[in-house]
Amino acid sequence: MNNHFDVIIIGAGAAGLTAGIYLSRAKINTLILNEGTAGGQMVLTHQIANYPGIESISGYELASNMKRQAQNFGCTIRANVKITSFDLQGETKKVVVNNKEEYTSHAVIIATGGRPRPAGVPGEDEYKGKGISYCATCDGDFFQDKEIVVLGGGNSALEEAVSLTKYAAKVTIIHQFDNFQAFEHYVSEAKKNPKISFIMESKIVEFIGNEKLTRIKIQNQKDLNTSEINIDGVFIFIGYVPNSERFEGIIELNENKEIIVDKNMNTSLPGVFAAGDNIAKRYRQVTTAVADGTIAALSAAEFVNNIKKNINIEESI
Amino acid sequence: MLRTNLTHILSEKEHSELLDNNENVMICCGRMGPMCIPVYAEMEELEKEYKHVKFADMEFDLPDAKVIRELPECRNFFGIPFVIYYKNGKVVKATSSIQSREQITSNLDTYLNHHE
Repeated sequence: MNNHFDVIIIGAGAAGLTAGIYLSRAKINTLILNEGTAGGQMVLTHQIANYPGIESISGYELASNMKRQAQNFGCTIRANVKITSFDLQGETKKVVVNNKEEYTSHAVIIATGGRPRPAGVPGEDEYKGKGISYCATCDGDFFQDKEIVVLGGGNSALEEAVSLTKYAAKVTIIHQFDNFQAFEHYVSEAKKNPKISFIMESKIVEFIGNEKLTRIKIQNQKDLNTSEINIDGVFIFIGYVPNSERFEGIIELNENKEIIVDKNMNTSLPGVFAAGDNIAKRYRQVTTAVADGTIAALSAAEFVNNIKKNINIEESI
Repeated sequence: MLRTNLTHILSEKEHSELLDNNENVMICCGRMGPMCIPVYAEMEELEKEYKHVKFADMEFDLPDAKVIRELPECRNFFGIPFVIYYKNGKVVKATSSIQSREQITSNLDTYLNHHE
């Protein structure tokens, strides 16, 4: 394989794959490098019912379709690699994978996405899969007639709390603020469900158990008093964190560690673009990632074409 | 059947034969769901690297998957996939829920190490 590409895309979620489709279709030689499974957060979604033109599709299937579409246009995709180092500063960008293979390009699109935000308190790692879950559709049926907690106050938390009442005897929603961030219809659905109760202005500060989770310690955010409640399971839906740590100090990030881009998806470094869930923005959906990926691809294509034009002019002089 | 490129175990008999014929075995018992797919993908990649380990999957909802679901090592598991590491037919490690590549390779290196 020739190791020089016009564009290297880091990340193969909705944004990265969309950028790959656009660039490859425009005959821009493109490589996508991904550290995990291609598909990103899409793969972590059971059913997507609001992607325009597709009434319902699993996240896995949509991701597979996008990947195949990019490959059919000639995009090279290397998934499950380890990106061990990179240099994005110069005119020629370099990315090293698995400590040995170096790839170069004129431009890079960072589409590394995000990951579910952990509660980040003692016991979380220990009881993951032993009472703590991040996926209601995966693990809900383990909690038939059990008492569970849903942590969070956004759309996912409220929607999944309602869906978990199919299995659980009781669902308690714990949220750190005195009001929910979720859309009103999710809140009203939860409030009218007799199996759901609420503990507001509180945080989980510790997960406790022996071989499995048996109780949690919660702290009221007003008086800071703590209390413990017995529980069979906790589902955590408290948003996402951007996968941007490794770019800190190289490109500009905001206080939430999100990559700052302009309307054309330019980062603070020339020839480096960003798209998807890792950029500073309000809404994170497959559709917004696809839109970001499109813009980043078109901007990167223009950037690469200008470089090639300049090279041709220099060669003809 | 799970849509992976791994060896599929479809029955208790196949499970038993796999353990009889391989010293080191890693089985991921799950569904085609968000927490399971990344583990299958890692296993497909690691299969090329860990040639002394037999990698396989088993659909969680198959009746015969009780050979995994009902293992004593899984009695406190509340999250799929159930991943079981076997050495000489014995369970040496079991994990619940999604695992990173680092967690999987750590278990492979620790529990299914290759003796030359």
